[in-house]
Amino acid sequence: MPETVLKLSGITKRFGALVANDGIDLDLKKGEVVALLGENGAGKTTLMNILFGHYVADEGHIEAFGQPLPVGDPKAALQAGIGMVHQHFTLADNMSVFDNIVLGTQSPWSWRLDRRGATARIRKLSADFGLAVDPAAQVSLLAVGERQRVEILKALYRDARVLILDEPTAVLTPQETEALFATLKLLVAEGLSIIFISHKLNEVMAVSDRVLVLRGGRLAGERRTSDTTRQELASLMVGQEVRMPEPRPASPGAPLLEFDNVSTGQRPGGSPLREVSFALRAGAITGLAGVSGNGQGAIAAIIAGTERPVSGRIRVEGRQIGDWSPRAALSAGIARIPEDRHAVGSIADMSVAENVVSERYRQEPFSRAGVVNWGEARRFAERLIADYDVKCPSPETRIRLLSGGNMQKLILGRALDPDPIIILANQPTRGLDVGAVAYVHGKLLEARDRGAAILLISEDLDEVLALSDSIIVAYQGRVSVPSSRGERSVAELGELMAGHGIGEAA
Amino acid sequence: MRLEAKPTPSLATSLAYPLGAVAVTLALVSLLVIAAGASPFSVFHLVLVGAAGTQFAALETLTRATPLIFTGLAVAVAFRAKLWNIGAEAQLYVGAVVTVVLGTGALPLPAPLLIPILIVAAMIGGGLMLLGPAFLKVRLGVDEVVTTLLLNFVVLLFVSMLLEGVLRDPMALGWPRSASLVAEARLPRVVTGLRLHYGFVLAVVAAVAVWFVMKKTTLGYEMRAVGHNAEAARFAGIPVNRVLLKTAMISGGLAALAGFSEVAGTARNLTLELSPGFGYTGIVVAMLAMLNPLGVVAAAIFVAGIFVGADAMSRTAGVPSYIANVMVATALLTMVTAIMLSRFRIRWN
Repeated sequence: MPETVLKLSGITKRFGALVANDGIDLDLKKGEVVALLGENGAGKTTLMNILFGHYVADEGHIEAFGQPLPVGDPKAALQAGIGMVHQHFTLADNMSVFDNIVLGTQSPWSWRLDRRGATARIRKLSADFGLAVDPAAQVSLLAVGERQRVEILKALYRDARVLILDEPTAVLTPQETEALFATLKLLVAEGLSIIFISHKLNEVMAVSDRVLVLRGGRLAGERRTSDTTRQELASLMVGQEVRMPEPRPASPGAPLLEFDNVSTGQRPGGSPLREVSFALRAGAITGLAGVSGNGQGAIAAIIAGTERPVSGRIRVEGRQIGDWSPRAALSAGIARIPEDRHAVGSIADMSVAENVVSERYRQEPFSRAGVVNWGEARRFAERLIADYDVKCPSPETRIRLLSGGNMQKLILGRALDPDPIIILANQPTRGLDVGAVAYVHGKLLEARDRGAAILLISEDLDEVLALSDSIIVAYQGRVSVPSSRGERSVAELGELMAGHGIGEAA
Repeated sequence: MRLEAKPTPSLATSLAYPLGAVAVTLALVSLLVIAAGASPFSVFHLVLVGAAGTQFAALETLTRATPLIFTGLAVAVAFRAKLWNIGAEAQLYVGAVVTVVLGTGALPLPAPLLIPILIVAAMIGGGLMLLGPAFLKVRLGVDEVVTTLLLNFVVLLFVSMLLEGVLRDPMALGWPRSASLVAEARLPRVVTGLRLHYGFVLAVVAAVAVWFVMKKTTLGYEMRAVGHNAEAARFAGIPVNRVLLKTAMISGGLAALAGFSEVAGTARNLTLELSPGFGYTGIVVAMLAMLNPLGVVAAAIFVAGIFVGADAMSRTAGVPSYIANVMVATALLTMVTAIMLSRFRIRWN
């Protein structure tokens, strides 16, 4: 029987009336990969925050390597040898890989830093575990996969014996995911233990020895991976069967939005576009797949009106666009569902009513002669709350207090209510639970069947495959030729995502 | 120690926090008063009587509050849109210069025409004063805190130059002082023989107007949206830069009205002593009012009352009138703390 390295017993955490964790037990053995599976809001993150001392549990206790772990002290977890790789990386972009890894491991009172010794140690760790990265490189110049390797090295450099990975594959290509899994196998062979947080069933099946399924803050089940199936895990995770909408065959019509050799200048947070051409047809969903940062941001920004191309033409319903801005995009009949509903899609400290009119407050009946008719705005908000099944106490509620799914439903309602002809759906279901995902998909398919041209940008390949009538793949600012439903296999799409087949000549 | 966000506060709690802040302020100031060898109760009583005990005192408090209402509104409007206007002092002086240039005989008009013209001209002058920094901010990303703050000193030196040169009253025997306003340019007194003038009424009207704009108009909605989340506002089609420039014109214009009303209401002419820092105190007033335009009126009267009352108190109780500065500063700190506590809960581990 291998030794138990981590033991969480009866962890309970309440936030007011909400029980985020309800008597959860978890034990992790040496050399084991335990997957923590669950929907958003199931309590995975809360549990890890308790382990890391960011929250204090109301009940229960934690033992690491046989010693009780002090509560509420993030340093204690690190000192006990527990390392975490967050979904959103915590690296200083303007510093080198070396600096990021060493940062915080030196006493602030020490005079010098043993650079040579530290570099040698980093190199050895990268060689041993297949984590290739140049210690001298600046983090801002690294690809996402490399940054993740830096995060893992950071934890290993601090002598982590338990590694927690929070949704580590969300930002990786299928091939990079394979490489990560290979690294995990090497780590486990060295006697490390891993907690792998995910909501992707096939990855959990591929990488873990044991699966703990959380649902609504409780442990819904625990299985040995070899003894279970995807179907069983899915029903444990959701608690019931969820019917995803089945798209009917599409009948694509005329192109409503065309990109013709569009290029952009350098932009932060992703590739600029290089002579990109594609068309969105009426009554069809075009899926744009690809690892994030390969030009999806630029395409979305241009369609949304927040950015202008430096060269190339864009046509809406066959007419070339002139003066281009978010307002021009809206009046051209383009609906936009932004990637980040918190920072871009909504104004957190304003009310639901104020948020739902943000794209139409200048039009009647919402305002007249510069004076806003708040009664009308409230009625509109009430209608969206009812039509889109939003759980929300009143139109006066600050939108910050809504859950992600409800906020997304409101953004969807705001975008779809004026019957747009073109819809930009950028990561429309990121972070939503299965029920909300099905709802959003249903609404997008409804709009498609009504004749709208839809661009679906998603990092979730399964989502792109399920909804799209045609698929294009972005790589370093270029896009592939489109393929129709079922034409390319997942492996072929993965190759395109890694850049094979989207060459300079394409 | 950690901060956790609280849900929307009820009306009762949102009133309880400012009142709590005032109570803590009084407690802290009491310690200083005791250290100065006086009784806190008698000192506070004297301050209260000095600020509001007689008609004369009360009207003097309102007179002092008038420029603070204008600068407080200027700051509140700008801060709502997250335009950090620290330059109300400069805009105030621009308003005063415009008033003096046009109001000392250049325009031979009757009062019902001349006063509105002076108001509009002063507002345009003050607005343009802030438009420069705002333009640099939206175009080049120049930090407006730095530019507006430093322009205060530039403008003061510029006014000093004017008062030593073209604006100097030849009858002033060499004092750096402008000529006096013509009778038609002066704001009438509310009560004959006392200093309170119709600038106070104008200030209250301005506060109501600003409240209406912020709450009920598309421009106010745009300003609040830009202040809360400029990126989301831009995405929704709100022309963020244009909104910031409009905000600058309004904010600078309101601050300039403080200069206009001081010249036309009390001072009659322009000197470098026109404002003992009304522009800076406006920041305190706006923060005490939690950026609410109607709250600005109350906060300005509160701050003015402390200054007026402390003057009277120091003559009787022998506690230096500097205690007023301490009180106002303490009130600001406790208020900022109270605002934070009303939005977050502190957790001790």
